[in-house]
Amino acid sequence: MTANILDATGITKRFDGFAALTSVDFALLKGERVGLIGPNGSGKSTFVNCITGILAPDEGSITFDANDITKTPAWLRARRGLARTYQIPRPFRGMTIQENIEVPLRFAVGHKSARVISEAAQVILDEVGLGEKADLSPKGLTQVELRKLELGRALAARPKVLIADEVMAGLSESEVDEILALLNRLNAEGISILLIEHIMRAVMLFSQRIVVIVAGCKIADGLPDDVMQQEEVERAYLGE
Amino acid sequence: MAATVLLGPYVSEYYYLATYTILQFIVLGTAWNILGGYGGYVNFGTAGFFAIGCYTTIVLNKIFPMPLFFEMLAAAVTAGLVGLGTGYLTLRLRGVFFSIATLALAIVLQTLVVNWSFVGGARGVYVIRPPISGVLMAFFGFFVPNGISYVQFLVVLMVALTMFAVLAAWAVEKSWIGIGLAAIRDDESAAETSGVPSLRLKLIATTMSGAIMGMAGAPFPYYVTYVDPATAFGLAIAVNSIAMPLVGGTATWWGPVVGAILLGSAQQILTVTISSAANLFIVGVLLVVFLTAAPRGVVGIVRSWKRGRK
Amino acid sequence: MEFSWDLVINAIVTGIVLGGFYAAVAIGVTIAFGMLDIVNIAHPAFMIAGAYLAFLGWEDFGFDPFVSMAVFAPCGYLFGRAFYRAYHYFFERRGDESLQGLAFFFGILFIVEIGVVLVFGVDYRSISEPYLESSVSVGFVSVPWRMLVPFLVGLGMLGSVHLYLSRTFTGRTILAVSQDVEAVRLIGANPIRAKEIAFGIAVATAIIAGVLLIIIQPVEPSITREYIGRAFAICVLGGIASIPGTLVASLILGVAEALTTTFYGPSWSPAVSFGLLLLTLIFRPVGIFGR
Repeated sequence: MTANILDATGITKRFDGFAALTSVDFALLKGERVGLIGPNGSGKSTFVNCITGILAPDEGSITFDANDITKTPAWLRARRGLARTYQIPRPFRGMTIQENIEVPLRFAVGHKSARVISEAAQVILDEVGLGEKADLSPKGLTQVELRKLELGRALAARPKVLIADEVMAGLSESEVDEILALLNRLNAEGISILLIEHIMRAVMLFSQRIVVIVAGCKIADGLPDDVMQQEEVERAYLGE
Repeated sequence: MAATVLLGPYVSEYYYLATYTILQFIVLGTAWNILGGYGGYVNFGTAGFFAIGCYTTIVLNKIFPMPLFFEMLAAAVTAGLVGLGTGYLTLRLRGVFFSIATLALAIVLQTLVVNWSFVGGARGVYVIRPPISGVLMAFFGFFVPNGISYVQFLVVLMVALTMFAVLAAWAVEKSWIGIGLAAIRDDESAAETSGVPSLRLKLIATTMSGAIMGMAGAPFPYYVTYVDPATAFGLAIAVNSIAMPLVGGTATWWGPVVGAILLGSAQQILTVTISSAANLFIVGVLLVVFLTAAPRGVVGIVRSWKRGRK
Repeated sequence: MEFSWDLVINAIVTGIVLGGFYAAVAIGVTIAFGMLDIVNIAHPAFMIAGAYLAFLGWEDFGFDPFVSMAVFAPCGYLFGRAFYRAYHYFFERRGDESLQGLAFFFGILFIVEIGVVLVFGVDYRSISEPYLESSVSVGFVSVPWRMLVPFLVGLGMLGSVHLYLSRTFTGRTILAVSQDVEAVRLIGANPIRAKEIAFGIAVATAIIAGVLLIIIQPVEPSITREYIGRAFAICVLGGIASIPGTLVASLILGVAEALTTTFYGPSWSPAVSFGLLLLTLIFRPVGIFGR
């Protein structure tokens, strides 16, 4: 049990009677790299929202780092080390790129000194390759740069678990490789990563394990090659 | 020489009254901006919080007279608690529901006051100015040989309150609270996932904002000596406290100050030269013009001008 | 007031009739706020504009109120479309709806109210037609036509809007916009155009509601403020985007106000709508029909 950093059991979420998630179980080991796949509208984003506290599940419980966080507000989950990126980048538009990174450094990590925060932000910006753009507004960034900013902001929270929600959609092949390299580097530093992605090449390259959600139910969970050969997965997901 | 002595008190009295009004609007605009400008939550109920301040003074004045300073503290506590309560009940919902609730709050409070005969109901109430305490009188007497009038005392008090309000807004803006509120204003979900305790910050802002609005209302009964609900809950207060920060610029502490001085002086001049209905009309037009043509207010204009020069 | 069943029944009948008129006021808010996500708190300002237009038409040209509706509602529709375009250009496009956009509507509300004061003064204005002065009586309950006409027109408006939204292509596009803007783009419809048309309809309903208002009672400019509370209380209580919800909530508010006025006096009636609004927001923000 202690090897699981994140444990979600029986997560159910309904919208106006429509079941978006039905009793989904999910566990993430310390240091693991897991890919979460499923067709559009299958409930992946709802699942992420339930895990990170943006939505409250109707049923089920979530344990993170040996604490029950089912009722914990989103900001406290972030402080405890559960970070995410948004599928559609959501930068703080009124701030510079550096200030964007400084928000989680101040609030999630709890740094007080402006100098420490500024230096830490520089390090993170260099790591995600935005060091040159620190003083610019996010309004001028390209898609790949916005994704990097999302990742940088998630990293700045010093997470134990990083949930990367479609950080590669719409990127070129070399840009995908760039992000994958970054994710692998983070994983090597000890961060467990849940990658939600449509680009199968990236998922297969990255994941040690793959989970498939279709129509709000988990239909597969296992080694990438095994999962992809399961008949239901082929029918429900790849067949479409 | 004789003319100065004869006219002096009348001329200066008007200027004191005008100054008081403008200072009051700086305080209200600054208070509104702590939640509205920094956090992006529009409060339509400034008049309600202001009136809570007025009526706290009126009630205390009737049952237990005390120095104005303590009445202001009581007003701050009452209005702050109402702000906290409204925020607690509605700030979990979408932001716009908070705005609609504040609109409702002001009207519900006004209906209560209209039906509350102890404070004069709809007819209003006369207030007797308490004497300025001996210590303060001695203090002012040190600077002004003839002592000061009550209106002058109120202006001095308002100067102090304005400095306090602006200082509080400045402190919020530069602290972690202001940074968190800015993140909330830009994107509340993203702020939460960055560890910003949004509900707590919004409640701090709502409480502070409400408390300062209440403090601005507390001396008002002594300034006008007659208060009725239509004045205390006046539309001019609701509109000005929103228009001034938005015209001045909402992102910084000095935006509302600039906006209040601009709009406040313009209104004083217009009231004297045209009429008070016309001046409110012009405030409305200026608000709409600024919102469409310069959505970042005077601050935004100054900033882009500076950038242009670089 | 002494309690008696006659008074209760009278108040309930008055309330239901009043509720039909409130539905006419609130339907525009249900469209703009509920379906289009435009927090148009200036809606009552458009209504008061309609009331004063009807007054002008009646006084200067002898327009029957129904003629006023036929003449001014289309003007309101066109104005609403133009207004939405401006709103979209200045606020939605920039992502400034929640602060600047909301304050903009507040400014418009204010400009219209003070504008009416400057033009017409603060005196009450009213219109009268012989047929509005008679009443319909059933037993001891008597309802004047000046109440019944707004009730019937209000119900008719709700029905027409409902049919339009559910039966026509543009109407369905508007409903789809309220669900998912991206999906509308995918099926090749233009969400901005759909919103523009819907906002035009919302303003047209406000103009009609204004004509109905001046049929019911003499009007003065500051009446707008009471109606912000009524319209939004109904919209929120009714579940924000639901037309049947709007009708039921209108009737509830009408009856609640009539009972309050009968037993506690008219000075408490503004608190009914705003109190109901606050209570709904606090205890049941999804409205009576929400889950």
